Amino acid sequence: MKKVLFAALVVLAPLGADTIVIQNATVMTEGPKGNFKGSVVVQDGKITEVGEKVLMPQGATIIEAGGQYLIPGIIDCHSHIAGDGGINEGSVSVSSMVDIKDIINPDDIAIYRALAGGVTTANILHGSANSIGGQTIVLKMRWGKSAQEMIFAGALPGIKFALGENPKRAGNPVGGRGAGTTQVARYPATRMGVEDVIREAFNDAKAYKAEWDAYDAKVARGEHPIPPRKDLKLQALKEVLENKRYVHVHCYRADEILMMIRAAEDSGFHVRTFQHVLEGYKVAKEIAAHGAGASTFSDWWAYKIEAIDAIPFNAALMARKGVLVSFNSDDAELMRHLNSEAGKAMKYGGLNETEALAMVTINPAKQLGIDKTVGSIEVGKDADMVLYDGFPLSDLAKVQKVLIDGTVYFDRDKAIAEQATKDAEKKRLQDKERAAQQKQQPARRPNQ
Amino acid sequence: MNKLLFASFLLSGAFAFAEVPSTVAIHNAKIVPVSGPVIAKGTVVIRNGLIEAVGDNVPVPPEAWVVDAEGMTVYPGLIDALSTVGIPGAAPAAGAGRGGRGGVAAPAVPVVETAPVQRSWGPEDRPQTTSWLLAADEIQANDRRIETVRGSGITTAVTFPTRGIFAGQGSIIDLASSEKAAELVLVPAVGQYIALGRGGFGGGGGGGFPSSLMGVISYIRQIYLDADHYKLVKEAYARDPRGMQRPEYDRALEGVIASKRILLPANRVVEIDRMLRFAAELRQPMILYGARDAYEPAAANLLKKSNASVLVSLRWPAPPARPPDQEDTDTLRILEERDKAPTAPAVLQQAGVKYALYSDGLDAPREFQRAVKKAIDNGLSREDALRALTLSPAEIYGVADRVGSIEKGKIANLVLTKGDIFDDHTTIVMVFVDGKKYTPAETAPGGRGAATDEPGNPGGIQ
Repeated sequence: MKKVLFAALVVLAPLGADTIVIQNATVMTEGPKGNFKGSVVVQDGKITEVGEKVLMPQGATIIEAGGQYLIPGIIDCHSHIAGDGGINEGSVSVSSMVDIKDIINPDDIAIYRALAGGVTTANILHGSANSIGGQTIVLKMRWGKSAQEMIFAGALPGIKFALGENPKRAGNPVGGRGAGTTQVARYPATRMGVEDVIREAFNDAKAYKAEWDAYDAKVARGEHPIPPRKDLKLQALKEVLENKRYVHVHCYRADEILMMIRAAEDSGFHVRTFQHVLEGYKVAKEIAAHGAGASTFSDWWAYKIEAIDAIPFNAALMARKGVLVSFNSDDAELMRHLNSEAGKAMKYGGLNETEALAMVTINPAKQLGIDKTVGSIEVGKDADMVLYDGFPLSDLAKVQKVLIDGTVYFDRDKAIAEQATKDAEKKRLQDKERAAQQKQQPARRPNQ
Repeated sequence: MNKLLFASFLLSGAFAFAEVPSTVAIHNAKIVPVSGPVIAKGTVVIRNGLIEAVGDNVPVPPEAWVVDAEGMTVYPGLIDALSTVGIPGAAPAAGAGRGGRGGVAAPAVPVVETAPVQRSWGPEDRPQTTSWLLAADEIQANDRRIETVRGSGITTAVTFPTRGIFAGQGSIIDLASSEKAAELVLVPAVGQYIALGRGGFGGGGGGGFPSSLMGVISYIRQIYLDADHYKLVKEAYARDPRGMQRPEYDRALEGVIASKRILLPANRVVEIDRMLRFAAELRQPMILYGARDAYEPAAANLLKKSNASVLVSLRWPAPPARPPDQEDTDTLRILEERDKAPTAPAVLQQAGVKYALYSDGLDAPREFQRAVKKAIDNGLSREDALRALTLSPAEIYGVADRVGSIEKGKIANLVLTKGDIFDDHTTIVMVFVDGKKYTPAETAPGGRGAATDEPGNPGGIQ
């Protein structure tokens, strides 16, 4: 009887109703409520009630999820999708003047594919071609919206640093990639040089900050001095010194991780996350002491020399030493199955399912400083959630629905149903184009 | 008698300027002034390069050379709103970039190689910047493209240096044949041409900074910050130089500061959105060029809301040449773009956006005509198409008081045709630039003189 009533309500509810109830799901909250079987209520894009029994709001759209699993939207702490015109400004060793925010491409199909893999939020990073790379931005995978509408409001922007082979490669033509080219080599060519570039850049940034602080003080006193020249490169580093911008460091080896911690502490800034950090298990205590997070791969390694000492237990070992650990993709394909990447932490290192799932939900949310609004299914948080047809840490589980801010951005059944229409339209346009071409090229005479 | 004389003048060739009559009357023509209603049968009187009179009841001055234009139509000379005609070594296509994910890939025609560029190590090296250049100073009056383009009925071009990020300022020129480039110039400086091409690892610009789109954008942003600072310091120094270090002369900034508007490329919706925001951030009056995806409602809305002026490229996207048996692997989005791009002018017209059309390097008259016709076949009215190539570009560049329509007192830039100017089988009989008469060559490849080539053979090239 009740069900009939609900069905009637569903029909009456307006399209894109503000209120949604997902019911009868196995909910893995990654929050204080743990795992349970029940419902989640969404109103105006926020989670308003979570529990075995909830008050059913009037006019709510019901998503019946019996036998299905509901988890928080997956967060990727390291991605390079959704950018236009290159994600590396590799021409210089310090490219902190460039900003991913300027080149967001909301049409990148990788956004849709990531969304279909359960990703709702991603940290879009500059590449690792140089010691200090460009400014980064956190996006929500709001497929179909404009570039500005994809930006995660309130998330602190970041900056990418890179250590080791990638940033030194461009400076080292002997046998390296630049060998035989006439191009001017770019400093640095060694790991020592990478450290030097970072330290020197922050010496400059401190001088720049002092110049602006002096100016600001004069203005505050009512004077009218000519302002110093605004330098976009140093401006971003000044923001790092002022804790207004997170530092995400691409790294592999234990020695360079320790170097980075020393250089940061000497220069007066903080590393927010070490990225890849495949030897992090060797220096987990030091990473934890610095207060940095670690965003790593599950079991990808040996694709280059500096990734040779990696082990699949890296994530679990770092977590056991008190490091905040997440798994990232660094890749548009891997991004589509981060859930099964998290599952590998159960096999290697024996984490339980809540700890494993945290590596792609609440932990990256904390690393990006957005855990107040996303990362778990809790009352008051953004309704960013993924519905799977099976246990979500299994690679057999398929994403059924993805909600961001309470809006369904991906619906597997709907996507499959729409495919036929798209195929037909494509065929129509291809035929039209072919017909137009044939009209332009008159048929050959038969005797030719 | 007059007629006979005129014919002999014709035979004497296009370069016999000394014998150009100072007064010409085009008589018995259908007149399309663009600024007002069509005159079914009337007269246009030209004196000393200007339009002296126009109307259905205008007397023919006794001293005038008369063109009996019975059965012909007079239009204002067309204006190409973004061109490179007359610029030495310029690639014919001043494209906003097509192909490639970033939409900022190389133009269709490779840019002529120049001397090796010093590797740039950052914005301070002012990479790929010649902002101080003025097209008017670069014009080569003997550029053969002037005559070719004129064969389309184009009498006026807004021509730009297009090499680099800050390429320099464009100039409005009349497409007359003259030995002195200065005689062509209508307005020497109309705005800074900005492109978002990049060098990169092994790319142009000496492989230096900037090598990415975000690098280019950050460079442009830094330039405008520097320009603001430069102005402040220079003003302070001018007020009282004593005890103050003199500001270092920076020609890159001088060129940017001297530009009263900027031209920015944008084809896709995301690029239109990005560049509208960017221009607002830079606080620069702006004209967008390219506008390939302006047919999308989102794009038209953004453009309308921002009150921006848009130049739409007539180089419609076309399928790549591929063997007939090769599979078409283009995505639905690409197919839709190719299908709908020629509807962009009609969509912008409907939305009330200020726009003009530009040749984008379609120099051959037949190619140019077909491109305009394609927009007409896709919903643009003939009147609106004509306006988008005459009065609208004149308004966008602020020169509607001298060109763009057939009105008393304006410059005598006119086109005389047999048939509607954008129709396939119409011939262009005469073109007047600054009151001087030119006859499009009949045999020019892709020409629209008396001899017409077969439709479906672009450019008439065999």
